[in-house]
Amino acid sequence: MNINLTLIGQLLSFAVFVWFTMKFVWTPIMGALDTRRKEIADGLAAAEHGQHEQELAKERAKEAIHEAKGQAAEIINQAQKRASEIVDESKGNARSESERILAAAQAEIEQETNRAREQLRQQVAELAVLGASKILRKEINAAAHKDIVEQLAQQI
Amino acid sequence: MAGDTLTSSEYIKHHLTNLTYGQHADGSWGLAHSAAEAKEMGFWAIHVDTMFWSILLGGLFIYFGKKVADRVSSGVPGGLQNFAEWLVEFIDNSVRGSFSGRNPLVAPLALTIFIWIFLQNLMDLVPVDVIPHLAGAIGIHFMKVVPSTDPNATFGMAIGVFMLTLYYSIKIKGVGGFMGELTLQPFSSDNAIVKLLFIPINFVLEFVSLIAKPISLALRLFGNMYAGEMIFILIAIMYNAGVVLGLFGGVLQLGWAIFHILIITLQAFIFMTLTIVYLDMAHNDH
Repeated sequence: MNINLTLIGQLLSFAVFVWFTMKFVWTPIMGALDTRRKEIADGLAAAEHGQHEQELAKERAKEAIHEAKGQAAEIINQAQKRASEIVDESKGNARSESERILAAAQAEIEQETNRAREQLRQQVAELAVLGASKILRKEINAAAHKDIVEQLAQQI
Repeated sequence: MAGDTLTSSEYIKHHLTNLTYGQHADGSWGLAHSAAEAKEMGFWAIHVDTMFWSILLGGLFIYFGKKVADRVSSGVPGGLQNFAEWLVEFIDNSVRGSFSGRNPLVAPLALTIFIWIFLQNLMDLVPVDVIPHLAGAIGIHFMKVVPSTDPNATFGMAIGVFMLTLYYSIKIKGVGGFMGELTLQPFSSDNAIVKLLFIPINFVLEFVSLIAKPISLALRLFGNMYAGEMIFILIAIMYNAGVVLGLFGGVLQLGWAIFHILIITLQAFIFMTLTIVYLDMAHNDH
């Protein structure tokens, strides 16, 4: 148990160990601990932020779905309306077309009838004149009685 | 175990002698062959065993410390890093608890003190004869394996701490402030002459309390470890006294070793805490 040079040796090695620990052991480990502490804090903050974002997104999605549903219903409504309009329109078109065709046919029929009647009248007049002239060959001068024959033909 | 040729007192004395390297009485340098020879070497001799074990243990500590520090990451810590982080946080909390100033030296200093003293004390749990016998087998006659049972080691650290407290006292408070702390309290007076009269009284009181700090720091650790070591040696003597006493000694040694785990940790912790407190006092004005 002598106090001797060992004292100074121990003092020096103590100083070296403390210096080494401070420089190469404590500082890096403490740095890592601080970094981790910060990372955890950041992570927690990010998680909280994410949760908040998710809630907002949910809200937004709900809104979007609601809006989309409304739009879809509106589009279906419009389509149905348009379809019935088209049906009505085509019905109307068909009706007017048929009427038009009918009218044209009737007009043609009338025209034909009139023409036939005119022809008939002409032929009857000629036949009458021919008959009359055959009957009255001698007594009647075709030229002299032309106006009477004409009158007759007119009356038919 | 004590050899047949050794008496109990010789055995104890043998165990308590350091492996000393120094100048012999005849002027040549070499290892001392007996306790008396070691004593004759005076101050200019060195305890090779104390130096070897303490530097080995300190080296182990900084080796593993550096290994962890090199691989340290802020990610998920692995086994060794986990342990190191637990230690570092424990020391950091202790320092935060008792040290109010800001000084980047204090926490690593506390860590070094705690681990180094703990490892030195831990050597106490190695059965007292194992390492000296191994050393004897390779021709080394004296081997004291617990550096903290050597007052040189404990005083070495305590003086280191004392120098730091002096340095920071003077750095923070200035020479005047430090001298004032030594001479102007605990007794003070408004009267200048009375104040002057109080100076020597105050100085004696304060100087004693100042010097008492490193001495008590070193002697507390030394005393506890020396006493613990002594008890281990005494228990070891029982192994020579027949089967019954030997078995009893084995039980005693186990019990004392388990109890000693508490003491070695506690002493390391006390040394560390007092170091922090002394440095805190050095940083604070009264």
